Amino acid sequence: MSVLVYTESEKGNFKKIALEVASYAKAVANQMGTTVTAITINANDTSELGKHGVDKVLKVNNPKLDTFNAKTYADIIKQAAEKEGSKVVVVSSSADSKYLAPLLAVQLHAGYASNVVAAPTSASPFTVKRTAFTNKAFNFTTIDTDVKIVGVSNNSFGLVENSGSASAEDFSPSILENGVHVDSVDKATNKVSIADAEIVVSAGRGLKGPENWGMVEELASVLGAATACSKPVSDLGWRPHSEHVGQTGKPVAANLYIAIGISGAIQHLAGINASKVKVVINTDPEAPFFKAADYGVVGDAFDVVPRLTEKLKEFKAQNA
Amino acid sequence: MKILVCISHVPDTTSKINFTDGDTKFDTNGVQFVINPNDEFGLTRAMWFKEKQGATVDVVNVGGPETEPTLRKALAIGADGAIRVNTPATDGFAVAKQLADVIKNGGYDLVIAGRESIDYNGGMVPGMIAGLIDANFVNNCISLEVDGTNAKAVREIDGGKETVSTTLPLVIGGQKGLVEESDLRIPNMRGIMMARQKPLTIVEPNGTTTETTTVKFEKPAPKGAVKLVSPDNLDELVNLLHNEVKVI
Ligand SMILES: Cc1cc2nc3c(=O)[nH]c(=O)nc-3n(C[C@H](O)[C@H](O)[C@H](O)COP(=O)(O)OP(=O)(O)OC[C@H]3O[C@@H](n4cnc5c(N)ncnc54)[C@H](O)[C@@H]3O)c2cc1C
Repeated sequence: MSVLVYTESEKGNFKKIALEVASYAKAVANQMGTTVTAITINANDTSELGKHGVDKVLKVNNPKLDTFNAKTYADIIKQAAEKEGSKVVVVSSSADSKYLAPLLAVQLHAGYASNVVAAPTSASPFTVKRTAFTNKAFNFTTIDTDVKIVGVSNNSFGLVENSGSASAEDFSPSILENGVHVDSVDKATNKVSIADAEIVVSAGRGLKGPENWGMVEELASVLGAATACSKPVSDLGWRPHSEHVGQTGKPVAANLYIAIGISGAIQHLAGINASKVKVVINTDPEAPFFKAADYGVVGDAFDVVPRLTEKLKEFKAQNA
Repeated sequence: MKILVCISHVPDTTSKINFTDGDTKFDTNGVQFVINPNDEFGLTRAMWFKEKQGATVDVVNVGGPETEPTLRKALAIGADGAIRVNTPATDGFAVAKQLADVIKNGGYDLVIAGRESIDYNGGMVPGMIAGLIDANFVNNCISLEVDGTNAKAVREIDGGKETVSTTLPLVIGGQKGLVEESDLRIPNMRGIMMARQKPLTIVEPNGTTTETTTVKFEKPAPKGAVKLVSPDNLDELVNLLHNEVKVI
């Protein structure tokens, strides 16, 4: 009956979202009067999970599973859900979890609600709040099946610390062969990804050309932030497509989003609106972004950004 | 190769989002509907397979008669035929169930869907179809090549990308990258004329099977006014970010 949560790790270490979905699962378990079981795949130290509400960990360790594979992983989570008799399975909104969740839903005959931003508003009928229309609205959805899958939006629920500790158990599910083979993974190891970042520094056409991105990267590096851009910037080839954020690009749900020389078109705002605090730097006081932002600086990016970077360096030095 | 492109009929990206009937229904008043942007990239890639590799391309939508102009637009862009499953798109699973039957009956080798539709953003349909018909599946697909029954695809992952090889039958959840923005096609007069002659087949649904129900919508709380900081007082900005909202 326990709530099952898939806690993702990378190179053995839990991602922050793993602790967030664990916290979420704990909230659901409290509502339903049950416990939380986490399923981990090739994770090392699982004690962190106990501090975020997990009672029991099913540890899968198998070198065959070093590379993520959606169908195989979904099948393992299915086996764990069946073993635990779980009625609710919680996953994150990482690219990997969004890849496997629909496959898992079919396997478990479970209804799946993605982009969930809060603990269930009711356990029966099981009702969750989700974003819709790319953050322009929310909808309340009931999951009507016996087994339910909840996909939690990144950075929406937060981490909840707990005094408990988790017991660990080795779990050896059967490993499903499948028809998608990963040939290579190309991942920048020295950069924060937009999905994982707490702070995102984003710049638009106001920067005039790709040669001016040095100051954006420097600001991002001082803040430990990911860099992003508006759509025309990636269409023009100034920045890679993987940095394009917005309705048709990547979604951003950071704690802090800094927009430099971005006008704030509706399609841009839709994709970044889930960020908690928005700062805009723009020469045009009429730019629509000022209506969506929390803090604004009306000024020339070429003047403001380097000085802001200096101020932040000083701040970091004092608060280190 | 027989390709099926799943077309979601969605409000234009600039639409004002409002609700009616006590916040239970999306207000379509004054809303322009378009081909879901993620699907448009997939459709354009399908046109490439048609022109370079002799594939046939059908498009499909699950929805009422109001979605037909969107399917006609896909025909005008170059699809050979269109199918509309005559039932409202109620939830991701119900749509995937209908599509799975269309795929089985039509014997499609490659199914191109969008990684998500921009209205409900569920991101469920492509994966659920793959699960239901037991086909291979690549989500967030930004590049696709097919050679006989072998396929090579690139998937966007958090912070990078991954190259995979697989085989048909295959379902992809596509997005920008499958083709460039500049390759997207606007239907021309000839395409629009030809589209009128192309078949648009209406299929009745295979019963309804939803697993989730939308009970109510809500609009985000209105935002407070922006706090302006003078460019000559950036210390203040640092201070606000640190002390007021505690994000640094
Ligand atoms: C179907 C569709 C989907 C779309 N999806 C997306 C999406 O996902 N993401 C997205 O971003 N866009 C998207 N767009 C595009 C969107 O409509 C806007 O065109 C785009 O966001 C504008 O990018 P921008 O703000 O960088 O450029 P602009 O609108 O050109 O704005 C540049 C801004 O920079 C300011 N500026 C100029 N010089 C300086 C300076 N020296 N210092 C400071 N500020 C300066 C200007 O005042 C201006 O506000 C989409 C459009 C369509 C039609």
